[in-house]
Amino acid sequence: MESAQPAASTAENEHLRVSNLTMAYGSFVLQRDLEFTVDRGDIFIIMGGSGCGKSTLLRHMIGLKEPAKGEVFYEGESFTAASDERRNEILRGVGVTYQTGGLWSSMTLAENVGVPLGEYTDLTADEIREVAALKLALVGLRGFEEYYPSQISGGMQKRAGLARAIALDPKVLFFDEPSAGLDPISSHLLDELILQLRDNLGATVLIVTHELASIFAIGNNSVFLDAKSRTMIARGDPKYLKDHAENPEVRKFLNRGG
Amino acid sequence: MCLRLAGEWYLRHGLPDLDDVRGAFDAGGVKRISFATADVAGWDSALVTFARQVAHLAAENGAGVDLGGLPEGARHLLELAEAVPERSGARASEERKPLLVRLGESAIEARAGAVEMLSFVGEVTVAFGRFLRGKARFRAVDLGLMLQHCGADALPIVTLISLLVGLILAFVGAVQLEQFGAAVYVADLVGIAMTREMGAMMTAIVMAGRTGAAFAAQLGSMKVNQEIDALRTMGISPLEYLVLPRMLALCVMMPLLCIYADLVGILGGAAIGVGMLDVAPAIYLQHTVEAVSYTDLFGGIFKASVYGVLVALSGCLRGMQSGDSASAVGDATTAAVVTAIVLVICASGLFAVVFYILGI
Repeated sequence: MESAQPAASTAENEHLRVSNLTMAYGSFVLQRDLEFTVDRGDIFIIMGGSGCGKSTLLRHMIGLKEPAKGEVFYEGESFTAASDERRNEILRGVGVTYQTGGLWSSMTLAENVGVPLGEYTDLTADEIREVAALKLALVGLRGFEEYYPSQISGGMQKRAGLARAIALDPKVLFFDEPSAGLDPISSHLLDELILQLRDNLGATVLIVTHELASIFAIGNNSVFLDAKSRTMIARGDPKYLKDHAENPEVRKFLNRGG
Repeated sequence: MCLRLAGEWYLRHGLPDLDDVRGAFDAGGVKRISFATADVAGWDSALVTFARQVAHLAAENGAGVDLGGLPEGARHLLELAEAVPERSGARASEERKPLLVRLGESAIEARAGAVEMLSFVGEVTVAFGRFLRGKARFRAVDLGLMLQHCGADALPIVTLISLLVGLILAFVGAVQLEQFGAAVYVADLVGIAMTREMGAMMTAIVMAGRTGAAFAAQLGSMKVNQEIDALRTMGISPLEYLVLPRMLALCVMMPLLCIYADLVGILGGAAIGVGMLDVAPAIYLQHTVEAVSYTDLFGGIFKASVYGVLVALSGCLRGMQSGDSASAVGDATTAAVVTAIVLVICASGLFAVVFYILGI
């Protein structure tokens, strides 16, 4: 295990921390002893080969799965040990976009974005419509308010999912394979959008991906999960790890096997 | 030994059998095997597969293989196929477990299934409690849609089924009762049978196949599409948001559908009574009214309410338990209908016993 670049994070700018986390399905251990810190404003990449548990790690961080061992901390507070109510409060500051979009298929895009607003704000129906239209416009979906998820393309569904994730101006944004199934141009536009949102919302971003282009374009910190040894084998800035990672598997991955 | 191959080697012509080669190995003395393919007119994967089989045979018999004689493309493909060594344990082992082990495993599974069902019932009850206190969160528009889906949209099929059940009951009864010249009692028979038993039961079965299956399919595909995850991370309980409106809608609509089914069934009986047995409509009506007691009617409606809960529970439970793939949604749908029908029939048996003991 090695730790490369950015300088060790201090308590003030630590936003999320995963401590000694072990993930398992029954008796099958998927990953063990995961330990990393995500700083405020980071674009943090969770990378690794297929099937190594990247998406599962994300699910653990948002409470969709319970760790077999270890804890997840939000701003120094244990999320794992928190009560259900407290977890919901923490999650109110978290936006998640899902691999498949996860849009509610029985609602229009505006209604999808409006659900979290209706649940957690006192806005009137008209105001919710306005805010939802703004969020959709931010992701480039102006005029699509009344469309149903099934009527738009995959890339647009991803962006609509993003609009819903940012509905409550979250402090943390999770992306599960944002560019999977997108053409290079849409994928690039999505990267740009993520950067913009990070800068303008001041959010911390965590991305599960194995798209090298995205990893180098926007990531400034990362953790590398290995399927064989079932633990993380590198962490740090991916651009640095590309040439300087001690583990040859990591260098191989970041250089497309070359 | 050199294998001289000739002619066309295409998959559509089938693969040659290996008996000759195997025979040569069995005879012994083959140290090395090579190929001569100058006469091969054309080839595709058939040739590569054959060469691979020969190579494996040779390896088993400790002989060397010289691939040099194969066409260049075929040789490269063969090398590519052998490039990555077989991963140990990658082949699924179809080990047959002893009967006792399988019996034990399914017993443990059945227990886990029962626990899961009970805890689901508990969670739904809690959600229902929150609804009664006005704290449950779901969209009114969803409830409206579900009410329409479970109510008005189900009318055509409920009409058809209960009309036919009424007709059938009247037919069966008529044959027997006419022998005693008591054809008019068809009215009593159909009236009592429909209100006490058949109206509720047939409605429940129709709704299990129609609505219970739809619930499971909807919830299952929402799970596949991560819509349920999205609700959870937003702190919205899927049980309140998705399951509660479905349960409520079916529980409200089942008794109403049951009353409707009773009426249509009696109409069906009347069609036979009046049309075939020449009972005067007024007399038929009078007999029905006299025969059917309020206990019969409300007993049937009560049963329908219980069946409604059972059908909705099975549909929602199986849907929420569904796995994350398209085939899992299919399985969930099937399981929902089977569970619902089994529960309804069991409940019906239980009611028969309890009503008998209570003298209703």
